[in-house]
Amino acid sequence: MAIDGDRLREVVSAIAADIEANRDELCRLDGVIGDADHGIAMAGGFGAARDAVVAMEPLSDPTAVMNMAAKAFLNAGGGSSGPLYATALMRAGAVVKGKAELEDADVVAMLQAMAVGIRDRGKAEPGQKTMLDAWAPAALAAGDALAAGKDLASCLDSAVAAAREGAEATKAMMPAKGRAERLGERAVGHVDPGAASTVVVIEAIRRSLAG
Amino acid sequence: MAQTKKIVNNGDRAVDEMLEGLVAAHPAHLVRLADDPRAIVARNGPRPGKVGLVVGGGSGHEPTFVGFVGKGLADACAIGNVFASPPPDPILACTKAVDGGAGVLYLYGNYAGDVMNFDMAAEMAAMEDIEVRTVITTDDVASAPRDRRGTRRGVAGNFFVFKAAGAACDRGLALDDVVRVAEHANDRTFTMGVALAPCSLPQTRRPNFELGEDEMEIGMGIHGEPGVARGPLKPADAIVDEMMDRILEEMAAARGERVAVLVNGLGSTPLMELYIMNRRVRQRLDEAGLEVHATWVGNWCTSLEMAGASVTCMHLDAELTSLLEHPCDCAMFRV
Repeated sequence: MAIDGDRLREVVSAIAADIEANRDELCRLDGVIGDADHGIAMAGGFGAARDAVVAMEPLSDPTAVMNMAAKAFLNAGGGSSGPLYATALMRAGAVVKGKAELEDADVVAMLQAMAVGIRDRGKAEPGQKTMLDAWAPAALAAGDALAAGKDLASCLDSAVAAAREGAEATKAMMPAKGRAERLGERAVGHVDPGAASTVVVIEAIRRSLAG
Repeated sequence: MAQTKKIVNNGDRAVDEMLEGLVAAHPAHLVRLADDPRAIVARNGPRPGKVGLVVGGGSGHEPTFVGFVGKGLADACAIGNVFASPPPDPILACTKAVDGGAGVLYLYGNYAGDVMNFDMAAEMAAMEDIEVRTVITTDDVASAPRDRRGTRRGVAGNFFVFKAAGAACDRGLALDDVVRVAEHANDRTFTMGVALAPCSLPQTRRPNFELGEDEMEIGMGIHGEPGVARGPLKPADAIVDEMMDRILEEMAAARGERVAVLVNGLGSTPLMELYIMNRRVRQRLDEAGLEVHATWVGNWCTSLEMAGASVTCMHLDAELTSLLEHPCDCAMFRV
């Protein structure tokens, strides 16, 4: 089945559903090293994005769907996930501008653009115990799988596996960005909530696009 | 674990219902913008030729930030969800509402989410030809070493920095001068806090961290973030001494100089305990040969129902003293 704007609208809805199902667990993780609101902010943001794209006209192009989701996310949640995911979604839309239907390579390019957007907006680098530590390896793994001639399902499998590993690796990291930074060594041993929610997001993308 | 008890209807509606009650209580001071209900503007604040002062941040710290909106202080406040930065839209709405042609200052505490959202709003304002400058408060001594002062978070010291900047705006200073005043005020404001019990968000109603029955935590943030050191609960004088040792060392004031003091409750600590703390604060300042120009004791920058307190000292000079004394008339604060 071709991946068009309508399929992307389904992807946004799938992410919203999975984040909502994990809302309290993400809040619990954030309560350990942050202020316990990450699940609320993510559920609010993707919930608003879903409501906005579901209300769009059918056959809207992929860029329009991503921009709509970005704007809704930005002004729903606030917090730090708002600007980060809004930037990510806008970049994902920009990279497929002018296309009505997406190839496997386009979807991988969107994932990579999201990772770059999150890095640019948050001014984070890998290893600083942030969501980038899941996003960056996921985007890299998807690109490697594509370059190796794999189909989209395999690329997304690789992205999920890399995101999980990246999130797990944040446990050992000292925080250098965001609110957890002030905790220093006390944050070591705990997974970064933004990296944990990244795993949920990328798993939902895979489930929605690759069954 | 049982949910905490709160007087709410629906946790997800808590902020908006608070704002409805807020403007109903303070119609002479506050206006809720019709096109953005998360933008609260001072009725008598903004005027042509004056630098506009926009503050903001997450909810749950009342009277910070919205309580400091009024003539002589902040012109507008962008309201976030509980403990979450406001998104760019209400910040931009505030900016447009207070722009008197002399530029706008964004003044808020140093948190990653606030910085990203206010920066995005500033980029949008620039596209509409409104000049925006930003000063970020970093008064929390416990949150990073002195050589990384710029990474410290902004906490109860907002009270003094906002007051000085608001007075500078009200006196008609140019944007560059207001920025200088705000940075100077922030450089000379020092806060240390202590938490005795956690708070819980209205949406989850679960304690946001655990603290042993006989424990306290030095250096917590105003979002209930865990602090930097945990230990057994001590008597009030010993707690204040730990705070004042750090504050006095950082402030490095000479004998005979003047300070302003804020003893701040985090939500559920009674005034009795805050005054007991202020007793020791005054003793320590007397011992250091410092003159207390003014003291405020109360719940000025809260963390929902967290138990605990903070002590803030502002190291005064003639300019800051004069700015603190400048009249202001806000919904929850008057000079």
